[in-house]
Amino acid sequence: MSVSVRIPTILRTYTGGQAEVSAEGGTLSEVIESLEKNHPGIATRVLDDAGKLRRFVNVYVNDDDVRFSEGLQTPTPDGAGVSIIPAVAGG
Amino acid sequence: MAVETVASTLGTSADFGPAVALSCRECGERVPLGPVFACEVCFGPLEVAYEFSSGDTGDPESLRKQIEAGPNNIWRYAPLLPVPADVASKPNLNPGFTKLVKADRLARELGITGGLHIKDDSGNPTHSFKDRVVAIAVEAARNFGLTTLSCSSTGNLAGAVGAAAVRAGFRSCVFIPHDLEAGKVVMAAVYGQDVVGIEGTYDDVNRFCSELIGDPIGESWGFTNVNLRPYYGEGSKTLAYEICEQLGWRLPDNLIIPIASGSQLTKIDKGLQELIKLGLVEEKPYRIYGAQAEGCSPVSTAFKAGHDVVRPVKPNTIAKSLAIGNPADGPYVLDIARRTGGAVEDVNDDQVIGAIKLLARTEGIFAETAGGVTIGVLKKLVETGQLDPAAETVAINTGDGLKTLDAVAPTTHPSAIIRPTLDSFREAGLA
Repeated sequence: MSVSVRIPTILRTYTGGQAEVSAEGGTLSEVIESLEKNHPGIATRVLDDAGKLRRFVNVYVNDDDVRFSEGLQTPTPDGAGVSIIPAVAGG
Repeated sequence: MAVETVASTLGTSADFGPAVALSCRECGERVPLGPVFACEVCFGPLEVAYEFSSGDTGDPESLRKQIEAGPNNIWRYAPLLPVPADVASKPNLNPGFTKLVKADRLARELGITGGLHIKDDSGNPTHSFKDRVVAIAVEAARNFGLTTLSCSSTGNLAGAVGAAAVRAGFRSCVFIPHDLEAGKVVMAAVYGQDVVGIEGTYDDVNRFCSELIGDPIGESWGFTNVNLRPYYGEGSKTLAYEICEQLGWRLPDNLIIPIASGSQLTKIDKGLQELIKLGLVEEKPYRIYGAQAEGCSPVSTAFKAGHDVVRPVKPNTIAKSLAIGNPADGPYVLDIARRTGGAVEDVNDDQVIGAIKLLARTEGIFAETAGGVTIGVLKKLVETGQLDPAAETVAINTGDGLKTLDAVAPTTHPSAIIRPTLDSFREAGLA
């Protein structure tokens, strides 16, 4: 499964400045593994030491916040759009 | 670890007063002052770090006198904010120094004997506390050379940004959920700037803005509550400063504060801690209580369950200005409520409406739904024994009831409709 991942500004140092990159994987977890393979270091920014999503990171698969879905096991269908977004905005 | 530095984007006149850096609240990473809001290391919230000087002669009394001699708005506290010393001379809405109302009738009704005050922020230029935070964000935008002001808003902020942008000479383009209360939409759009309704909840709007800021479109934009959020949040400290100054430079025992993102509550606590450190008030214990609407109560739910993380919810409440299902500062609200011995509570929409009417009929203050949440939670805290009625309490009304007329209109009517005769008045039983 190939998906498109939107990268927030603070992670673009890992993607050579690219705002959007492609990745492979049938679940969000696999997509993050794929990102790490192509852009080493990015996974530890998104995941904490226990391998869970950091609490100030929001991830959306298409329009759905994965915290309302299956978290890292959320399916990522072929052609899906994944967005990684800092959670500290708003209010 | 490379960090985004912004020195090259600052003009030579950039002046942030006593602010020296941004610091991650989560991991402590420090970065230069810039239009950034999330830590590159852990995604935690960045906040302003200061090196304060204690007044002209270096003692608290000197600083207190300097503040007291300042203008009757938030700029009297310029020495404690990320703004230049001459900030009051720049075009701005000059919010703040709103009334601290001694609420004796409401206190009697609730059984509070230690004294009750309402900090009534409906008296700000656009009738909500948002003018405070926007004023600081405007100064940051000026410093960073940004040209368009923006925000994701549940309504009040959109109006505050629209008005402040016009006054300060910025373009503005603000984003709101498409189904906001009519009053708030009008109060945002009347300034003639761009207001965009988004088909979705506030959290969807917030997500959209977070993506826009990373796109070339948003390059010269200052999103007050996204890339300017570290500065914006500091405006809420002025609520703490004013409350203490208006009490005669002392801390209250209890504060009741509404929670949307949780930023206001955390910054009020920061403000109180600064006043203590600077010797402007005598240190003593205080309790901070957070107020949410039952239909959007992720922080209250986490508090009651003993959790230190906040599980996002999909909001469903009439208190739309508090309807943030994924509150950015929720974990810090939990920390503060627990550290100070306070609590986080919630009330349902009927209780919100009842509390709006209670405050109106006892104190002559017409609060918006967020104020109803705060007063409703205050009532519940007293009734459930969570708040000591013998302690001095301050509750914050963050906005004007005219903004949320829909909430009370269905149950608020004239006492009678009569013919213009004395007999008709007598017949109505009101003589």
